[in-house]
Amino acid sequence: MTDQQKHSMAAPGVQRSKAEAVNASEARELYSARQQIYPKLAHGKFRFLKWVVMSIALGVYYLLPFVRWDRGEGAPDQAVLVDFAGRRFYFFFIEIWPQEVYYITGLLIIAALALFLATALFGRVWCGYACPQTVWTDLFIMVERFFEGDRNARMKLDRSKWSFDKAWRKIGKHVVWLLIALATGGAWILYFHDAFDVVQNFFTGEAALSSYLFAGVLTFTTYTLAGTMREQVCTYMCPWPRIQAAMTDREALNVTYRYDRGEPRGAHKKSESWDGRGDCIDCKQCVAVCPMGIDIRDGSQLECIQCALCIDACDDIMKKVDRPTGLITYETDDNIERMNAGEKPRYRFVRTRTLVYAVALLLVAATMLTALINRSELELNAQRDRNPNFVVLSDGSVRNSYNIKVINKASEARDFNLVIEGDPAFQPRLLGANPDTPLQMHVGADQTQDFLLHLVLPEHAVDDLREPLTFRVVDPVSGETASTASVFIAGAR
Amino acid sequence: MSDHDIERDEHSGTATTGHEWDGIKELDTPLPRWWLWIFYATVAWSIVYWVLMPAWPALPGLAGETDHTRGLRNHSERANVVAAVEALQASRAAGYERLRNATIEEIEADPSLLQFTLAAGESAFGDNCATCHGAGGQGFVGYPNLNDDVWLWGGTHEEIRTTLQYGIRAEHDMTRFSQMPAFGRDELLSSADIEAVADHVLSLSGLAEANAHGAEIYDAQCASCHMADGSGDRAQGAPNLTDRDWLYGSDRAQVIQTIYRGPYGVMPAWEGRLDDTTIDALAAYVFLLGGGEDATARPTGQ
Repeated sequence: MTDQQKHSMAAPGVQRSKAEAVNASEARELYSARQQIYPKLAHGKFRFLKWVVMSIALGVYYLLPFVRWDRGEGAPDQAVLVDFAGRRFYFFFIEIWPQEVYYITGLLIIAALALFLATALFGRVWCGYACPQTVWTDLFIMVERFFEGDRNARMKLDRSKWSFDKAWRKIGKHVVWLLIALATGGAWILYFHDAFDVVQNFFTGEAALSSYLFAGVLTFTTYTLAGTMREQVCTYMCPWPRIQAAMTDREALNVTYRYDRGEPRGAHKKSESWDGRGDCIDCKQCVAVCPMGIDIRDGSQLECIQCALCIDACDDIMKKVDRPTGLITYETDDNIERMNAGEKPRYRFVRTRTLVYAVALLLVAATMLTALINRSELELNAQRDRNPNFVVLSDGSVRNSYNIKVINKASEARDFNLVIEGDPAFQPRLLGANPDTPLQMHVGADQTQDFLLHLVLPEHAVDDLREPLTFRVVDPVSGETASTASVFIAGAR
Repeated sequence: MSDHDIERDEHSGTATTGHEWDGIKELDTPLPRWWLWIFYATVAWSIVYWVLMPAWPALPGLAGETDHTRGLRNHSERANVVAAVEALQASRAAGYERLRNATIEEIEADPSLLQFTLAAGESAFGDNCATCHGAGGQGFVGYPNLNDDVWLWGGTHEEIRTTLQYGIRAEHDMTRFSQMPAFGRDELLSSADIEAVADHVLSLSGLAEANAHGAEIYDAQCASCHMADGSGDRAQGAPNLTDRDWLYGSDRAQVIQTIYRGPYGVMPAWEGRLDDTTIDALAAYVFLLGGGEDATARPTGQ
């Protein structure tokens, strides 16, 4: 019986594709060129979910730089801004200085733990729905479909000779791809300078060289990674498919073919009984829609990004042949074995692995949140001058010098009072201070200011003096205070 | 070559190199394509680089005045450095302009000018002065500590600037000059007299018992410069002998040696070696090390 004959006898609306998995072991040679994959458009709840996630992700990425956030006079009003020139990172109400980069570190650790947790629970949901590679590739395939049609039309077009029709479809596709890529690279630089200024300067040729460079690089990578490389990025370039093998386990929900239900597979005639055979009619729609070009029925494999489009494709067919949906579904390896043995499926989301990830995630998040809430707007550092370590004056008194750095993270200028807690005989002299307020330190809004302080201990009579002291700065208005310990040294060479 | 000549690995299907070591065979795994393409791209790029940038040694005369091909960009790291230095100097000009004629009081009152002065001064000090006075101006035996309040020739802003400009015992017409006789070497005093006067000098700051004979010699030989009470005379650069500071050491042996040989410390005149603006910065910096006197006086000598 030929494929054609089989087709004619199947239930109405059932399509069959001659799709072979690109990673089928017999087709695998080291020097074989890449096989072009022509993913077919799927329809269903997961396809819809992916459109929603794509809209949100792209919407946030392209529009976020234009969101404004008032921070008062002299401070940028862009809600999310990485200001390299001003050495600040702004995120809505949060403002981070370079030395507070640990907040970013914390955020990355939280992101990593969340990724581990999600993988332990639901497999590669990140890869399937939210990874930029997936989102942009999906968008590029959408554009491709718009110009060249769905799977079969695209395959036919690629096989056909060059014609005007083929040319405008190809050129149109690449032009739109490049425009999207440019918008992607262009949006990236908006996060580093005022977005409205950059947009204007970019097209008048007045933006910084680095802006053009990064926009250019990201245009190129978006175009190549999402347009031409696609699934190769996931299979060959990305380390996550390798790592995920350690993150997932037999009790994680993965996009899985239920061989307990599907086998033995084979073409099915409408009039035929379903007794003694599996539900899989081998129509290969799951392979046809797969953006990775693989066959989910081969089991879990590193190429699979778990985008769940095969679930949509299979459910569609199952409805048409009047069998229950879910032949391909989110299921655990253990459950499929259980069902194969006639047992009931059991789900255990609370496992040692998920508990450890969740607890670690909560701990880090709580730590970072506490640190952020208690973040001080005043910092103080004191560096004792060690060259020379101390100075003996003509009358035998001893002087130490300190470089005092006051960081005022508030958005207004403040006058702090310096308090020296230690030997009451210390005679301080703060360079640049007003004689009426000899220990007042003026620090501008959102600035760091260095001060030089000389401390003299009169009539020093002790050799090897090492006197601890504490510098404290106090904001007399808010009462905010910061202190740092230091030492006064005399005689010790 | 036909397929049966090449041994293929059963498991991976990859050809072997035909080499065998104790039964271990090497797979002839091809280089990854992406790697090869990047390799070819770097080869192509190197040719672009030869054209654009200085790359090859050239025979004399073939590449103009230099001994290498200059490339289309005519790139020169030396020229870049010269341009960068000029740009840097231009960027600092405004700061030096503000520093000129500013009193220490004015410098201190302006945080940005203070930072500029300290940075410019520290940099010039490290290049020119630290060799003798130490990186922090802490001094060594024979080289004054610039952090304290002891000044041989005066510690006002103006006096410090004058010392910097003309030097001490330097080869400059305006240099500060004085000379302590070498009482021992030139046989002006006997060894016993020198020891006695050394004891007297040490007694001035309570480091030795009073010595009547030494006091007599001191009055005759030393008091004209160091003053009868040992308080010194800045007009002659004669140190105060009653304070805690000893330029050539406070040990009895060091004091005896100092009287014996008559020190002749030289500080170069920096006028002509450093431009006026650098001397301005140095004078203010040295003042601000902590020992300067009278911050309201304006520097002169410019």
